[in-house]
Amino acid sequence: MTTTTVRPADPSATPPPAHKPAAHRNDPSAVVRHTLTLTWRSLVKLKKQSEQLIDLTLQPILFIVMFVYLFGGAIEGSTHDYLQFVLPGIMVQTVVFASVGTGVGLCTDMSTGVFDRFRSLPISRLAPLAGTVLGDVLRFLVAITSVFVFGTIIGFRFHTNVLAVAAAVGLVLIFAFAFCWVVALLGVSMKQPRTVQGVSFLMMFPLTFGSNLFAKTSTMPGWLQAWVKVNPVTAVTNASRGLLTGGPVAHHAMVALLWALGLMLVFIPLTVRQYNRRA
Amino acid sequence: MTYAIETEGLVKRYGDTTALAGIDLRSEAGTVLGLLGPNGAGKTTMVRALATLIKPDAGIARVGGFDTVRQAQDVRRLIGLTGQYASVDEEMTGFENLLLLGRLLDLPRAEAKARARELLARFDLTEAGGRSPDTYSGGMRRRLDLAASLVGRPSFLYLDEPTTGLDPRSRGDVWQMIRDLVRDEGVTVLLTTQYLDEADHLANDIVVIDHGRVIANGTSDELKAQIGGRSLEVRPVDPTRLPDVVELLREIAGREPFVEDERGQATVAVSDEDVLPVVVRRLDEAGIRVNEFTLQLPSLDEVFLTITGHRSQESAERDDGADPKRKAA
Repeated sequence: MTTTTVRPADPSATPPPAHKPAAHRNDPSAVVRHTLTLTWRSLVKLKKQSEQLIDLTLQPILFIVMFVYLFGGAIEGSTHDYLQFVLPGIMVQTVVFASVGTGVGLCTDMSTGVFDRFRSLPISRLAPLAGTVLGDVLRFLVAITSVFVFGTIIGFRFHTNVLAVAAAVGLVLIFAFAFCWVVALLGVSMKQPRTVQGVSFLMMFPLTFGSNLFAKTSTMPGWLQAWVKVNPVTAVTNASRGLLTGGPVAHHAMVALLWALGLMLVFIPLTVRQYNRRA
Repeated sequence: MTYAIETEGLVKRYGDTTALAGIDLRSEAGTVLGLLGPNGAGKTTMVRALATLIKPDAGIARVGGFDTVRQAQDVRRLIGLTGQYASVDEEMTGFENLLLLGRLLDLPRAEAKARARELLARFDLTEAGGRSPDTYSGGMRRRLDLAASLVGRPSFLYLDEPTTGLDPRSRGDVWQMIRDLVRDEGVTVLLTTQYLDEADHLANDIVVIDHGRVIANGTSDELKAQIGGRSLEVRPVDPTRLPDVVELLREIAGREPFVEDERGQATVAVSDEDVLPVVVRRLDEAGIRVNEFTLQLPSLDEVFLTITGHRSQESAERDDGADPKRKAA
């Protein structure tokens, strides 16, 4: 192939793009800005997805009703005492379950032209993923509010102060953000949203039911206790109980935050790599 | 000295399937390059490689002088992409879709809003801008998609089958908008299409590809000359007169007509439009009344038949069932 007789086509002759090339791919402030813009996208979309809002509101209520009135008496001897015990746990369980939606949503988005367009923009490849996850985590606030409001109506009482409650919500959201990346990896790796949903739910059961969320660890057989004690959901639940109804917090919160950090360090790079590969 | 878009020996394989088998392309700034081929020819793969969405297995692609692999981020600053399927968010309004892209391209908020409004107006979507694209017609979606690819004022615009599935009127609208863009903003366009008439209307240069290879290229006129100009279709009112029509066309055009018995029609390639009055007169003399008498550009199939000696569809069935992207045309 020879290019001796080419007519010049000077690329500098074309008008310069309106957006100044200030935002370099690795410029952290640009990554944050683009991530927040895409978080906005996720929240705007929520307006149109009213069935998701209903899901986020009703599901925790159903779980509270089921556990408190169906099993509460059997487990704790009193539905009121059990409500105090289980409500912080249901807050954690709700966000862990809701993270399935992140994976399914990403998997659906991946197959649309929208993500192709994002890939063709001069933005970090992390931004569309992080924006989606962050947007989802903010949606979890709806679910947590539902847990608190409904719980209070049927008799749950906070035994701490507003700051502690805010800290509990913050901790749960940080953990949810980290945990969503595990599901996000499934979402960008698998072809079918249904497969993502199936596999994620398989993962959810040992994580939520296999913790001290619904029952005290001391009532379980030894092998199960061993799992419950290493399960990060147990740490988050313990810390939340402490922050909402009183009790030890520091150690549990530290373990939960370390888990969150670990999950992010492992699963964010894996998810971005997989996202890049699947073009 | 560089071309605006240039590829050398571009190869992309998916497993056992070779989507691109060494493609050389060149286009000059401010022109429209048409990439013409049937489904599964490798057109979309080509666009994806030039849009930095996939990395080629071999060969080089340069856009505006930047390498699509090593300088992908520089390429992304220059390009706008309109996919084969409308790539807009259903759950956001048309306006919000454009605003989002403006913000991602680092336009300040007020400027991003102004740009979104300007583009909606330009593509006749001002009223629809407040609604979700799922209420749009096919043509409106394509226009929004086109608007979305222009938010960053790209120097290069990739249009992957921009009118596939549109009705003729919407198709004409989209064509007009593409022509205006090239004329007013001097963008360099890469257009993929399955329709020869689309390439003929819009492209300065046409590259015909099949099975990931370039099988012909040139200007529209050069290509038409190569495939024997236009084709004349004649359908007699009385189907039993078809053999007479065939005989007559063979004699005048000097070529063997293509006969479709079930449609009762004969088609012959004519290189010279002057034969038309001759055909009309001879039909009249023979007392053959016709239902249809049309002169048209050869279809893509006829282009393939002429260039490669086989029909594109048959070739698809004969050569591979392996290409997962190949659908029945």
